[in-house]
Amino acid sequence: MNHPVQAAKFLEDKSNAKWHDETLWFVRDKRDLSSKSIPEWEKLRELASGIKDNVLSNLDSYLVEFEKNATKNGIKIHWAKDAEEHNQIVLSILEEKDCKAIVKSKSILTEECHLNLYLEENGVEVVDTDLGERIVQFLNQPPSHIVLPAIHLKKEHISEIFHEKLQTEKGNNDPYYLTQAARKHLREKFLAAKVAITGVNFGVAETGEFVVCTNEGNADMGVHLADTHIACMGIEKLIPKREHLGVFLRLLARSATGQSITNYNSHFRSPSEGKEIHIILLDNGRTKQLGREKFRNSLKCIRCGACMNTCPIYRRSGGYSYGSVVPGPIGSILSPGIDLKKHSTLPFASTLCGSCSDVCPVKINIHEQLYEWRQEITKAQSSINAKSIAMKIANGIFSTPFAYKISGQIMRGSLKILPESVTYSNLNTWGKERDLPELPKQSFKDWYKNKGNE
Amino acid sequence: MNSREQILSDIRILKIDNSELPAIPQFEYEADIIESFKTSITTNKGEIISEEALMDLLESGEFVNVYSASESYSKHSNFGLPEDPHELKNLDLAIIEGDFGVGENGAIWLDDSKLGHRVLPFITEHLVIVVDKTTLVPNMHEAYKRIGQAHSGFGVFIAGPSKTADIEQSLVIGAHGAKSLRVLLV
Repeated sequence: MNHPVQAAKFLEDKSNAKWHDETLWFVRDKRDLSSKSIPEWEKLRELASGIKDNVLSNLDSYLVEFEKNATKNGIKIHWAKDAEEHNQIVLSILEEKDCKAIVKSKSILTEECHLNLYLEENGVEVVDTDLGERIVQFLNQPPSHIVLPAIHLKKEHISEIFHEKLQTEKGNNDPYYLTQAARKHLREKFLAAKVAITGVNFGVAETGEFVVCTNEGNADMGVHLADTHIACMGIEKLIPKREHLGVFLRLLARSATGQSITNYNSHFRSPSEGKEIHIILLDNGRTKQLGREKFRNSLKCIRCGACMNTCPIYRRSGGYSYGSVVPGPIGSILSPGIDLKKHSTLPFASTLCGSCSDVCPVKINIHEQLYEWRQEITKAQSSINAKSIAMKIANGIFSTPFAYKISGQIMRGSLKILPESVTYSNLNTWGKERDLPELPKQSFKDWYKNKGNE
Repeated sequence: MNSREQILSDIRILKIDNSELPAIPQFEYEADIIESFKTSITTNKGEIISEEALMDLLESGEFVNVYSASESYSKHSNFGLPEDPHELKNLDLAIIEGDFGVGENGAIWLDDSKLGHRVLPFITEHLVIVVDKTTLVPNMHEAYKRIGQAHSGFGVFIAGPSKTADIEQSLVIGAHGAKSLRVLLV
């Protein structure tokens, strides 16, 4: 996957790209308004960051504590080293329940494990129940944003899909009408499902409970009607105590969409009578990332998506250009840890402006980590590209005073007479989408000399 | 080594220095809790209603199947709590008493003791929650202090009706859960 290539494709549709950029900026604006309404906002970020630091420095003991308490509450805990084991555990539970159709609410972790594909290959029908996720599922696409899965699609397109899949009126693009059609369709699925899968926003070590936040209520519709609830959870989702939920629930929705809280915040502690709750604790590279000191605190992420909404590159390149389950700035520091080669262009998909770090509710130094990853990648890469040829020439020029002196004169002279096809050729990556600045008549050195003579 | 042991040992081998757990300070709160609660509910696309308005609504005949978990409205309750929660699919209106509310965001805490069936506030077409004004707390920190170590198998903060903005960021009320939330402050 190559980010600049994919980004260029996204930008071909100029009006859509503009809409995408402006819409996400609008969400970022709402986040600002909401955060500024709380005087202690910065203190909350510090607290959240400090709590997560504590979790990451004692993860083993919190996991054991969580397991002990959840088990005491009648929840069955499973451990999965990787995606494959995770998926096998899910399937084995489904087989035990003789279940051939499940409903699933938003879970980025199951996207990470490619659970849908795995279950479908094993004859299980998977229905994603978050509206945005259902839409992209109809198109066989992954979500393009972790909070707004279908943000890349226009309503006309969604109307077409619904016409085909749900027999809605052709050409009726009204979001209310389309949402009601999905409501009706998904109600049938909720009522029929024997097993429901959710993600986890927070797991509490002290109580063994876990919290799932939605606005649509789809997670609750699924799990309370099903006999079995499977909650898929990354090991980094733990927090020590129940009181810490107060800090994180104040930050999460405000950072994500600017709401003061999501409309449904469900706390699961033990199954209702006759029902079952399973939690799968997944590693899948997280302990490795924990071992990388420079990148460790990327594991603090609470998946609010604020870094995406604010990022000038994400807004102008779309989620798919990243080619990773979690796109945007946070994805660009998480994904290289999973597959450095595949995701080698991602840390460069940034202006290093630092806006991502400024909005991050758990104060991850995202832009600094992007810079660190660039160094790791440059070290690991031996291939020479156009930029590095330019760098080698520059190295020669800067190391010889005479070459430095005449090169400026030559360039100022030649850029005036060279045809644009040469100036803006592929060898000059700076010339892509940019005009070169107007050339001064003299160098700074000449100007300074002349000034002294005045 | 099984996966549990493997994961725990992969963490332990890193020997990460302990980072102290910060204490949550007491945050001041100046706003009028009742007023901010009302504003929050409205912002979340819920509605604050008066007792009279609720009575009118109940007598209007707009809702065919009504279940009230609140004693005060039991005479309007014509829908018994079924054994199988799936049968709640035909419920038009549920009236539930909230445990307490939160000023800063309009969240109302409900747990197993208030719900009968956990799916009740989600599956009902419309939802009314009765909240006692004296139970309101300013923010989420106070909310968790209030819940304390109480043990309920399930608990939920509900702050508004079911909603989505997944189609072009256009807000639509009534995604999968209750299409409306009315809150009666008593």
